[in-house]
Amino acid sequence: MAGVALEVTDLVKRYGPRAALDGVSLSAGLGAVTAILGPNGAGKTTLVEICEGFRRQDTGQVRVLGLDPGREGRRLRPLIGVMLQQGGIYPAARPREMLELVAAYYANPLDPAALLRRLGLLEVAGVPCRRLSGGQRQRLSLALAIVGRPAMVFLDEPTTGLDPQARQAAWELISELRRDGVTVILTTHYLEEAERLADRVVIIDRGRVVAQGAPAELTEAGARRRLEFRARPGLDLAGLAAALPSGHVAREVSPGHYVVEGEIGPRVVAEVATWCADRGVLPGDLRIESRSLEDVFLELTGRELRS
Amino acid sequence: MEARGVLAPAPGSAPALRRVAAQAAMELRLQLRNGEQLLLTLAIPILVLVVFSVAPVLGVRDRVAFLLPGVIGLAVMSTAFTGQAIATGFDRRHGVLKRLGATPLGRSGLILGKTAAMLGVEAIQVVVLGLVALGLGWRPHGSVAGALLLILLGTAAFSGLGLLLAGLLRAEATLAAANLVYLVLLVVGGVVFPVSDLPAAVRGPAELLPITALTDGLRAALGEGGLPARDLVELAVWAVLGAGLASATFRWE
Repeated sequence: MAGVALEVTDLVKRYGPRAALDGVSLSAGLGAVTAILGPNGAGKTTLVEICEGFRRQDTGQVRVLGLDPGREGRRLRPLIGVMLQQGGIYPAARPREMLELVAAYYANPLDPAALLRRLGLLEVAGVPCRRLSGGQRQRLSLALAIVGRPAMVFLDEPTTGLDPQARQAAWELISELRRDGVTVILTTHYLEEAERLADRVVIIDRGRVVAQGAPAELTEAGARRRLEFRARPGLDLAGLAAALPSGHVAREVSPGHYVVEGEIGPRVVAEVATWCADRGVLPGDLRIESRSLEDVFLELTGRELRS
Repeated sequence: MEARGVLAPAPGSAPALRRVAAQAAMELRLQLRNGEQLLLTLAIPILVLVVFSVAPVLGVRDRVAFLLPGVIGLAVMSTAFTGQAIATGFDRRHGVLKRLGATPLGRSGLILGKTAAMLGVEAIQVVVLGLVALGLGWRPHGSVAGALLLILLGTAAFSGLGLLLAGLLRAEATLAAANLVYLVLLVVGGVVFPVSDLPAAVRGPAELLPITALTDGLRAALGEGGLPARDLVELAVWAVLGAGLASATFRWE
């Protein structure tokens, strides 16, 4: 990480008795993609809206590109691009006009026509925005966030409601932003999106950070614990148990479905393969269970990510 | 060093004038595109001017000369108060105030852009109504400078009140209330009927309204000429009051 783009320390924001953010601390690297992952109502939007300068925290500190969004908004605004979860577009304006308007606020904007083409909006560039589909509006919002050539963009659920093709286009654009050196903060409740795009994932739940790190760090924290395979039912597992390092257990959990539990390293896999070969058995569906971000999330919060 | 991509950061604001000019041009286009708004800002004032100039229902000698200041006052009110209140209510509903206020345009740029667009619409209204009046036989006289000053003060007073209304009510309620106020003031504000003809109970309060000060002042400025001091002061008081209350109650989202 070349430097820190976003530094949040002990952030607290209450709405009445409910704490939307309950002591959040996190950091995001300059030029990296950081995904803020959490279920609906976890506090993601509140968090980014404080970073964007829309809301003020009750206590705690925020530094965005070294600036305090609450006090130094005027200096910060030209540096960041913002994609709201919804709204921000005149319903009677046309996408081309809207993008050209926002481009005119900036010193070195991207070419609006090229951006419209790139996001598949050229055919609807002259249609009033109120007649755009949800996905088209979403893509226009994304274009509005980046047209000013910002150093840093905040994307609040950028692909919610997009069809798979449009989601792919948005992902490519986000990857290209990263490649070109733009810092990206995105919120999402799609694991796939975080796993695929993010250099760093921050998982928040009920206003608290429950984990943060690179996706691989998070999923590999804790060793892999389980190996499974299928073979003909009723094999005698005594020999296998003897061959495995101590502490490992081999069981036939249902007829023909075998499970080895314990720390699964390359030696263990070799022993299982050898044991099968000695019996002339080909292990089918052999798999070493790896944790997904979803498993990590479930372990940390006891909740499904998508509710 | 690899070549910089098209998306490579190059942040920075455009000069303030360009930001505000782009905003004003957009707001102006949106207002001219809005059919309901055009009904209030142009169609109704023109209709009132033509109908009451042609039909001999008013007991005044030069009907066009009496009506033109009234409909200009109505036009200013429709743009600065009614149109402004409704547009602001819906802009907030659609998150536009929040979104654009967070760009380099900023909140002050947004308000400046809206104000410039409002003055642009008023210029169109005054020119169109003036041309219609000329067609109906009106001959310009009086003080143009005085009329312009009244229009500016009237705009300030009405837009403050429009923003106050938009700050107090939801978008739909603002729409209903702004249209109702438009209708009531059209009748009691000296637009068509002289305030002196109103029943005594209504007349006292009606004389204190900003629309009455504006139509009355415009009639004086475009009649014998000169600056109607009392009306200017009344409008100035309304402007200060409206701006003060609006800034205390305004919500950006």
